[in-house]
Amino acid sequence: MARLLLIAFDPADARGGARLAEALGIPFDILQLTGDPVTDAGAERVCLAGLAEAPPADGLAKALVPVCAEYSHVAMVSSMRCKDVLPRLAVHLDAPMVTDVIAVESPTVYKRPVVAGAAIEVVETLGEPVLLTFRPAAFGTAATSGASLVEAVSLNVESLARRVSVASHGKGGRPDPTQAKVVVSGGRPLKDAATFESVIGGLADALGGAVGATRAAVDSGIAPNEAQVGQTGKNVAPNLYVAAGVSGSTQHLAGMKDSKLIVAINTDPDAPIFEVADLGLVEDLFTAIPKIRQALGK
Amino acid sequence: MRILVTVKRVVDPYARVRPMPDGSGIDTGGAKFEINPFDEIAIEEAVRQREARGDTEIVAVSVGPSECEDQLRKALAMGADRAILVETGDPQDSSVVAAELEAIVRELKPDLILMGKQATDDDRNQAAQMLAARLGWPQATFASKLTVSDGSATVARETDTGEETLEIPLPAIVTTDLRLNEPRYIALPGIIKARTKSLEKRPRATTALPKTRPLRYETPPSRPPGKKVGSVEELVSELRARGAI
Ligand SMILES: Cc1cc2nc3c(=O)[nH]c(=O)nc-3n(C[C@H](O)[C@H](O)[C@H](O)COP(=O)(O)OP(=O)(O)OC[C@H]3O[C@@H](n4cnc5c(N)ncnc54)[C@H](O)[C@@H]3O)c2cc1C
Ligand SMILES: Nc1ncnc2c1ncn2[C@@H]1O[C@H](COP(=O)(O)O)[C@@H](O)[C@H]1O
Repeated sequence: MARLLLIAFDPADARGGARLAEALGIPFDILQLTGDPVTDAGAERVCLAGLAEAPPADGLAKALVPVCAEYSHVAMVSSMRCKDVLPRLAVHLDAPMVTDVIAVESPTVYKRPVVAGAAIEVVETLGEPVLLTFRPAAFGTAATSGASLVEAVSLNVESLARRVSVASHGKGGRPDPTQAKVVVSGGRPLKDAATFESVIGGLADALGGAVGATRAAVDSGIAPNEAQVGQTGKNVAPNLYVAAGVSGSTQHLAGMKDSKLIVAINTDPDAPIFEVADLGLVEDLFTAIPKIRQALGK
Repeated sequence: MRILVTVKRVVDPYARVRPMPDGSGIDTGGAKFEINPFDEIAIEEAVRQREARGDTEIVAVSVGPSECEDQLRKALAMGADRAILVETGDPQDSSVVAAELEAIVRELKPDLILMGKQATDDDRNQAAQMLAARLGWPQATFASKLTVSDGSATVARETDTGEETLEIPLPAIVTTDLRLNEPRYIALPGIIKARTKSLEKRPRATTALPKTRPLRYETPPSRPPGKKVGSVEELVSELRARGAI
């Protein structure tokens, strides 16, 4: 039966499914692993697993096998935790899997960026069910609608891996960059973690946005790893992306060039970031950002 | 202990590439080919584990065309003890790569497999997880720190929101993230020694069929040219005019 199952770790994951289902032209259900059920995201059913936390990938993938039986398509958003588990599920289901889908051409043909966004691959799947990770920003979120039926499902999770500890470096209270309306990113010139936090974090807070960073900034310990935007970091597409002291490598652009409005602040007028910026300011970020905050009155 | 390291041949990540005019492939414009950067980190990590433990054999494996020999030679120069090239004509999808790697693993029975989290050409981020599932082994992807003790590994791994630590029994698969280590510079003696190490070429061991097939490659949409503003005041008023703040 042509039907999509969106596997969501939490309520935030559940929101992107309606537009993907629309693009596929099929009805959809949500399997929500943790949190309160999201009943207004357009799904017919929300199957609630009621887990306290997300289990390690090996046990989770196996536990998901029986739940997928009735579906022609199984999708998860393109996050690290989803990419950790979905390829394992693909093996258990003997199914094709496509990573980072940005468009649907047909129920068996998908588009995805490759080589750091230098090309779009059009790829056909051979077999069913079709497993996808998709970038919700490329599809958009549907207006909340309907009231899904809520059912309980029980997952029998037995993992060989054991989680020993969990740590979050990010400053609490800031939105996740993949969901934020505004992202302010900084690069290598931010010098150290305290400077990054006060300059980039400060502007992000003034705009009610999230913090992003280049790999150079993450590598040198200036920014937390979960802030990395790019080919091998997060993919973001906010309404406003501010890149300050970011050269604009292809690897960085791969993670942010679908943002609606891009602002670049860089001392080098020839920096490649200006090739994708809608508004470019050639100025030292250490003078420009305080002036911006002053103009905003924050 | 035996560590298997996978090596994918990819176009130089710093080269500018684009789709061919007829969309049939990617035009690499004569750029060099390299070891996938995450696989270099995997090789370096294997060498460090051997330095810490002694008595460790490192086997580098590549699945692909005969040209992968160049990358395997480099892996040997970086410190791998021997190399195996599973020769396939065309590049293969992840499910075929995982099936071929599984055959090698069943033969060599390594205690640990180190792989890259992602190949920088296809950006799929699948092969390691698929191999782990085929073997029924646990995994720790996106590793930023690896400690191996007898029979298990403790892995700090990057997550969407920070970091977590997993403990996994061996045998297991670990994929590398950028912060795991910085591969060392290859010294001349290593390059000379690599010439005498074994590099075995063999045909495919399975008849696994691909589960995905690329149809064509398109040029990504380009952004309309933007404008430079002369001052912060102008920037802020543009942002206000466009409703961005
Ligand atoms: C396999 C691989 C994967 C990668 N993945 C990613 C990824 O996911 N994300 C990513 O970002 N990178 C990634 N990279 C790294 C990427 O190639 C670049 O090295 C990196 O993006 C550069 O970061 P940067 O712009 O902070 O630093 P730089 O390139 O050093 O640029 C700093 C910029 O700041 C400007 N500047 C200096 N001082 C000031 C000032 N006072 N005010 C304003 N501007 C100033 C300079 O003119 C320059 O343009 C990857 C690389 C590889 C090989
Ligand atoms: N053809 C291949 N030969 C050897 N290793 C590979 C091959 N393809 C993928 N890998 C390994 O799997 C990792 C993830 O690749 P991918 O899933 O294609 O992004 C790479 O970093 C390699 O370690």
